[in-house]
Amino acid sequence: MKTITIQPVSRIEGHAKVTIQLDNAGNVADTHVNVIELRGFERFAIGRPVEELPRIMTRICGVCPWSHHLASSKAGDAVYGVEPPTAGVKLRRLCNSTAYCEEHILHFYFLSGPDFVMGPDADPAVRNIVGIVQKHSDIARQVVKARHTGAHMLEIIGAKSIHPDVSVPGGFQKPLTEAERNELKPMGRSLLDFAIFSMKFAKENVFPQYLDTVKSFANLSTGFLGTVTPEGAYDVYDGKFRLMQADGSFVDFPAEKYTDYISEHVEPWSYLKFPYIKSKPFSMDLDKPSGIYRTNTLARINVCDRMPAPLAQAELEEFRESFGRPAQLTLLYHWARLIELLYNAEHLNQLLDDPEICDGNTRVACTPRAARGVGSVEAPRGTLIHDYATNKDGLVTDCNLIVGTTHNNAAINMSVKRAAKDLIKAGKYDQGTLNRVEMAIRAYDPCLSCATHLLDGRIAVKLTILDADGRIRDVLSNG
Amino acid sequence: MAVKVAQEWLAICGGCEVTILDIGEPLLDLLPKLEFVHMPVLHDHKLLGQLGEKTKLEIPQADVGIISGSIHTKENEEVAKEMRAKVKILIAMGACACYGGVPALRNLFTVKDLFDKVYRGSMTTEKAEDPRAELPPLIDRVMAVTELVKVDVQLPGCPTPPEIMVDVLSSLLDGAPFKLSDRSVCDECPTKREKKAAAGIVLKRPLQMICTQGADLAQTRCFMEQGFLCQGPVTRSGCGGKTKTPRCIKAYMPCRGCFGPLRHDANPMVDMMGALSTIGIPPAQILDRAATFNRFVGGQNRLRPIPAKK
Repeated sequence: MKTITIQPVSRIEGHAKVTIQLDNAGNVADTHVNVIELRGFERFAIGRPVEELPRIMTRICGVCPWSHHLASSKAGDAVYGVEPPTAGVKLRRLCNSTAYCEEHILHFYFLSGPDFVMGPDADPAVRNIVGIVQKHSDIARQVVKARHTGAHMLEIIGAKSIHPDVSVPGGFQKPLTEAERNELKPMGRSLLDFAIFSMKFAKENVFPQYLDTVKSFANLSTGFLGTVTPEGAYDVYDGKFRLMQADGSFVDFPAEKYTDYISEHVEPWSYLKFPYIKSKPFSMDLDKPSGIYRTNTLARINVCDRMPAPLAQAELEEFRESFGRPAQLTLLYHWARLIELLYNAEHLNQLLDDPEICDGNTRVACTPRAARGVGSVEAPRGTLIHDYATNKDGLVTDCNLIVGTTHNNAAINMSVKRAAKDLIKAGKYDQGTLNRVEMAIRAYDPCLSCATHLLDGRIAVKLTILDADGRIRDVLSNG
Repeated sequence: MAVKVAQEWLAICGGCEVTILDIGEPLLDLLPKLEFVHMPVLHDHKLLGQLGEKTKLEIPQADVGIISGSIHTKENEEVAKEMRAKVKILIAMGACACYGGVPALRNLFTVKDLFDKVYRGSMTTEKAEDPRAELPPLIDRVMAVTELVKVDVQLPGCPTPPEIMVDVLSSLLDGAPFKLSDRSVCDECPTKREKKAAAGIVLKRPLQMICTQGADLAQTRCFMEQGFLCQGPVTRSGCGGKTKTPRCIKAYMPCRGCFGPLRHDANPMVDMMGALSTIGIPPAQILDRAATFNRFVGGQNRLRPIPAKK
């Protein structure tokens, strides 16, 4: 018996390791994706005023803080029994779609991109954004610029791009002025142009090379969960939940009824729970899985009947023509991500052209009361549920969260096991093999990154630290 | 030769790492001068070796180390000590590394209490034992990195704004002085204070509009004087970057103290209660006082479990 530990799983957001157990013949006996942290937001939400939670829950994730911010605000709306004015809802939607663009760009190019652009078996020293910058420097520049445009737009609308506080129970705290709208419009157009470019680039340069891999890599057959409008169209801010079975049949239900359809299982080797379809027993057995469903990009593309934006709808039709509905191939998460990038870029431009978006009435006042409220959005990583209960003073008495990545926990574990069993035989493996195992995780989980590049030439590291009066306290150097 | 940088994240959200990316195009000018030798979010260097063959965590030698996040597991402690041993200059990035941050709100209760809630007190979860296999144990209380190892530079903020990151990276490269603001959020806040008229304020919760559309902040009365609790008086400024105006204030929202106190070892709760008393607000009126005033600074023993009521 031998154990291989991949630690940390890299180019994902957050902490995990993979434990692979080999049998005496050197074949894979079992694998675990161990999520090695637990911060306890569900516990420390208790006792806080519910209107403060949209400013606390953002800190669950610095990559998709807007998703937590909005789900938390919506749960606050429900607890206080208020409906935000139309302009407030539209501003929330505008921020949500802008944040989607930022995050999907980051994931496609910087995090998973190196596996496809540099190749899964490339030297780890270049299988990262350094390699991409060297190979495609103009694209890297455009990517950094597009992401920065998104961040700048969010700052104009809500003052902070990371960890915002502008959405509140009752609506949106800062109305948008006409001057701000005019400043945003060309930025919105440039994001749409970049989304169109990205889809074209991927269809010409990336997807064709990997079609065979897509068909054989880490595949599963599961159900899917996502959000659709009352008419069944794609939506990432609001709507009803749709739970689709592997055969394509589905059931729709309001978000607040999620406890009737979803349970969470606990395994002794991960702090992260394993949600599953409540009406079935839970099993991650690769040959006979039970109760497993997936969320995130591919799930949303599968559950919706159509996409309410013309370019994205055309892409959806082409995708369905090729891969059917529901599409099950794990690496198609990346393709679905680009269709969503296009939708969100189109949607944010629709909103910027909307006459109502500059209405000054963006928030209604709230009065504390004892109630329960469920708020949900589609986070880039999957369906996000915030469920709060309060006492008469509006202080939180209970909190239940099911976060996008959590829904995918079982599927991620199964994909990793599938990949490891297929790739590691008779004790033979190298760093490229182990990276392919990690790729099964990356398909599901957008994450963050920053870039680096190498250049010759000695640079001295020296830092002078001043105190409050400007006196030199310390000089630190590598000399 | 480029400056070697190692980066690790402990109890984090990833916002500080996104900040580095949000530097935008100036990042492309800085990058050629930096060589990341370890950075899990970007780079595939493994703590236990590329083939998972090692038994002890290992970070390569580097000129500069950057740690974000607070310390909440045994393994976080090991990583922080390993980083300290391998780098010449250690930077604590963000409120969590400097003061404990939001994850340190967990210091209001015990680890047992946390596990009871998550694995046995959740409406959707099958009741289960605490997961333990192959997992690093949680430590009793969440600590700032500064409590465990010597840190050379502290960069506050939740997250640290991109402008500060650019300044510190630039000064690392050319040796120019780096200095945090020594002014408070109030010192940089454009709203209008009428001090003398402040007496008799009734504290309000932020459950309604604070400003009207397009309101000029310079013509708007200080939020605290309007009765909305704002931690500007006891919080270091710098979140506004080049424009100076504090970011939350720009969103017409009061400050919650993410930049931490003006002096690293200050107690903002005590200072804030003093500030409130001077304008006639009895501290007893403040809802959820300890968790609100220590939202970003609950490490360093500022937050502790509340004894159960008898």
